[in-house]
Amino acid sequence: MDMGWLRQIDAYRWALPKVGGEQRHDIALYGSRELLASMDDKVLEQITNVAQLPGLVGAAMTMPDAHWGYGFPIGGVAAFDPEQGGIISAGGVGFDISCGIRCLRSNVTLDAIAPRLPQLADALFRDIPAGVGEEGEIKLSPAELDQVLLGGAQWAVGHGYGSAADLAYVEEHGCVRDAVPGNVSELSKQRQRGEMGTLGSGNHYLEVQVVDTIYDAAAAQAFCLREGQIMVSIHCGSRGLGHQIGTDYLVSLAKAAQRLGIRLPDRELACAPIKSPEGQQYIGAMNAAINCALANRQILTHLTRETFAHVVPEIALETLFDVSHNTCKVEHHLVDGKQRLLYVHRKGATRAFGPGHPALPALYRAAGQPVIIGGSMGTGSYILAGNPESQNHAFASASHGAGRAMSRHAALRQWRGRELIAELAAKGILIRTRSLRGAAEEAPGAYKDVDLVAEATERAGLARRVAFLRPKVCVKG
Amino acid sequence: MDSPSYSYFEHGADIGLAGHGATLDEAFESAAAGMFAIMTDLASVRREQIVRFEFEEADVELALVRWLNLLLAMAREQGMVCAEFRLDRDGVVWRGSATGEVWRSDHERGVEVKGATLTMLRVEQRGGEWDARCVVDV
Repeated sequence: MDMGWLRQIDAYRWALPKVGGEQRHDIALYGSRELLASMDDKVLEQITNVAQLPGLVGAAMTMPDAHWGYGFPIGGVAAFDPEQGGIISAGGVGFDISCGIRCLRSNVTLDAIAPRLPQLADALFRDIPAGVGEEGEIKLSPAELDQVLLGGAQWAVGHGYGSAADLAYVEEHGCVRDAVPGNVSELSKQRQRGEMGTLGSGNHYLEVQVVDTIYDAAAAQAFCLREGQIMVSIHCGSRGLGHQIGTDYLVSLAKAAQRLGIRLPDRELACAPIKSPEGQQYIGAMNAAINCALANRQILTHLTRETFAHVVPEIALETLFDVSHNTCKVEHHLVDGKQRLLYVHRKGATRAFGPGHPALPALYRAAGQPVIIGGSMGTGSYILAGNPESQNHAFASASHGAGRAMSRHAALRQWRGRELIAELAAKGILIRTRSLRGAAEEAPGAYKDVDLVAEATERAGLARRVAFLRPKVCVKG
Repeated sequence: MDSPSYSYFEHGADIGLAGHGATLDEAFESAAAGMFAIMTDLASVRREQIVRFEFEEADVELALVRWLNLLLAMAREQGMVCAEFRLDRDGVVWRGSATGEVWRSDHERGVEVKGATLTMLRVEQRGGEWDARCVVDV
């Protein structure tokens, strides 16, 4: 990114000043000079496009892990006011609606299970459907799928996948309201047949990790984390159903925008006013996809527990938290001293409610919401805690991952899947995948330095680091 | 048509896909082959099963996105991987078909394409050849 365009606010916050008579809202970019300098100029171009959308409140923002996406940049945050003509954008949510991470904590240490890790890796690889072309065991009728779209993780728990105790630690208790299965096309539903309880492909994974470092003892205690503890993270989303909804509405919202005279600097920003029939229709479908993703991660949590029970019978896996990072959610935020109801788009960004927020479970109310910055394979992951809005000026948002630093194409030129897997094994990280190409594209070196992203997230006031997790086993899609 | 001619271009997170052909239809067919080649080795796919569908779209660029996304949806619905594609345009009506087979355990597993996007979407004729391109989300 050409830093010459930016105005520095402090060490980790930057603004993009308007040029001449430029008509747009403000732009705020979070991150260190080093992280921003390494970003593609397309991030600036895309966030500038977002800042031209109607009804935006405050600034269009990018998180420290931002990179070039489609429509919105990945790591983009934008809040819209329905009373001021604010819009909902399919491109601002993404194809993998409600993609996110379910993090589980265990009662066992690495020392206790280290000899069983190879057996565990093989069993997880065998039992968790992952990768292109793989189907799950669960085949739902159209009527049952509609119940999933209404009930989310609550439906899954009601059907024997996991326990009610999990739900307190899933956003919205595992079920968003206002889902309208009728707004979801038949094609979307047909695509989901065979995809419930599957991980998917690309950057999705299931990792067994160990708590390596504790940064914040008080928050770690609230989250029941200690050094040496085994953790599990499951990264996936709403699968074929969400992708098809994204596809269907991208075209219909692009046409709606044209009809309603909304000038789209990029067609991928396809959007309609929140208060329009087209906007409401997408919101109903999007909420159905969010419930689909929450149910999917709940089912995968159950499958993970079953597999662990065979290999590590003494283990108990509790849900630490489940965060989505491709969503638009209706939230109250304090803007210039006034509470306002806003539709907050987080495209590759995590919600990060601060201490005392009423949506948080009692156990975490003092510490703030657990925020998960997922790494991939060799890169490690961070658990952070949300800050009060007096410190977080990004509508309670934070980073979601390391963020790509290199295209998939470039990664394929640089790494070979088989060699990479051997290198990681030598470092004590067991990779299991059906896709050698996928492994090469997802090479740790193709991502930004997750340590820098987590540090910048903390220094920018977005969330504070609680623990660093080191990967031990990774099942890749 | 001759063997499909496709190429890839850079995108930060996903994959840029371009299909080339002597006609618009051929360029679309090539783009489809390029998309499925991200998911597996097309040479290993047997031509056992065919899916047929049609759609209406007046905008040729949106038609490319719809063609690719319908292929993904149809293939997923049937549990298939496709390797050969045919598209015929009749005004605003597009009739397509794809041939392939159900995923086998010995198919190479590449990366799943989630959807074709409107990003860098362009369909144009250049020097007698058609070029149909967009970014696909993986």
